[in-house]
Amino acid sequence: MIPAAFEYARASSVEEASKLLKKFGEDAKVLAGGHSLIPLMRLRLAQPAALIDINGIKELDHIKEDGQKLRVGALTRHVTIHNSAVVKAKLPLLAEIASEVGDNQVRNMGTMGGVIAHADAAGDYPTLALMLDADIVTNQRTIPARDFFKDLFTTALGPDEVVTEVVFPVANGPHKYVKFRRRLFDWAIVGVAAQKMNGGWRIGLTNVGPTPVRANAVEEALQKGAKAEEAAQHASDGLDPAGDLRASPEYKKHLARVLTKRAINQAEGHQ
Amino acid sequence: MKHKVATTVNGRQHEHEVEPRLLLVHYLRDNLGLTGTHIGCDTSQCGACTILVDGKAVKSCTMFAVQAEGRSLVTIEGMAKGGELHPIQQAFWDEHGLQCGYCTPGFIMAAAYLLEQNPNPTEDEIRKGLEGNLCRCTGYVNIVKAVQSAAKTMSATPAKKATVTAGGN
Repeated sequence: MIPAAFEYARASSVEEASKLLKKFGEDAKVLAGGHSLIPLMRLRLAQPAALIDINGIKELDHIKEDGQKLRVGALTRHVTIHNSAVVKAKLPLLAEIASEVGDNQVRNMGTMGGVIAHADAAGDYPTLALMLDADIVTNQRTIPARDFFKDLFTTALGPDEVVTEVVFPVANGPHKYVKFRRRLFDWAIVGVAAQKMNGGWRIGLTNVGPTPVRANAVEEALQKGAKAEEAAQHASDGLDPAGDLRASPEYKKHLARVLTKRAINQAEGHQ
Repeated sequence: MKHKVATTVNGRQHEHEVEPRLLLVHYLRDNLGLTGTHIGCDTSQCGACTILVDGKAVKSCTMFAVQAEGRSLVTIEGMAKGGELHPIQQAFWDEHGLQCGYCTPGFIMAAAYLLEQNPNPTEDEIRKGLEGNLCRCTGYVNIVKAVQSAAKTMSATPAKKATVTAGGN
């Protein structure tokens, strides 16, 4: 399958990328790892007029510890995140999630910034960013994750705005990501992330709505002393997931509850 | 507008003017005549088109040829040296790690990357390492055996391993 024709330009700096995006207009797209974009282009579900290739902007490929923050550059590949000693020490849940994105070939190409900017409902990093109150840094501003994911494939990014970094808090207490799927390399049918931090729990849900979801009701129940099983019953509160080929809305809500219990229990070392 | 792409493929340098939308796998097959890299699914799932780009396993159907500018690639054609099969190829032969053979080039390249990262993988690590490649004939059992056998051969003769990452003939 051959993608529709497009213009191609390499950017050597974030400023140049932004200028090129402005020049080619709103139908231009940034090309990072390309592992969501290129499949969509081959199916002609996406037909960008131009691709701005940012793979040459080396300063976007970094992992930095910054006090109680962990700064992950937009061009950092999943494989780098998964193997990073800093990530394993400061935010091991992120390393765990990175190891379960796609397969080796996908992890060698796919990037943090690409997943965040693409905002697929089944993306794994957006869930973590939302539940941990991460910041999405662009060439123009810093956007809290809760204000970033607007709708399916829709973010707060402007047409000439480029994600440069995602800033997570350090959190290295009990944690678990349970990604439920039919095939190893597949997207999550539903995913649940649990992270204990600052004495409380953060619970995030993947693919149960157009954007990632923070399970506030579960967090509050746990705060009040509820056991995992009891608190997890609240995981589907207020959810209205869309059905798809793999799961009905009811099944996704069921999975949200079951996987939330598993994530908390496994984070605590129980099975 | 066409763009120049200069690459090193299996140790040989190539330069072409290509349309940006040309996928790397089509460039290898149609421009360079290297048809050992197969197209299986066209949806980035099956891994039949796996090659090494600067030593990393990549699905060449999910990269544009223009992105390969300045990079060093190894395809299945770059594995055998001087008429002698690479240990991974030999192991797939010996262990009957294929039936129809369509997925095999991708499996061999993915296995080459896996063994470069982890020279003595467990069965679980092999299965996880090859999760990006689909085989509809073998049921994977003999593929796992082949990778285990190749790992043994390659750790016994480390020189065999080095040729993969160097990518030269």
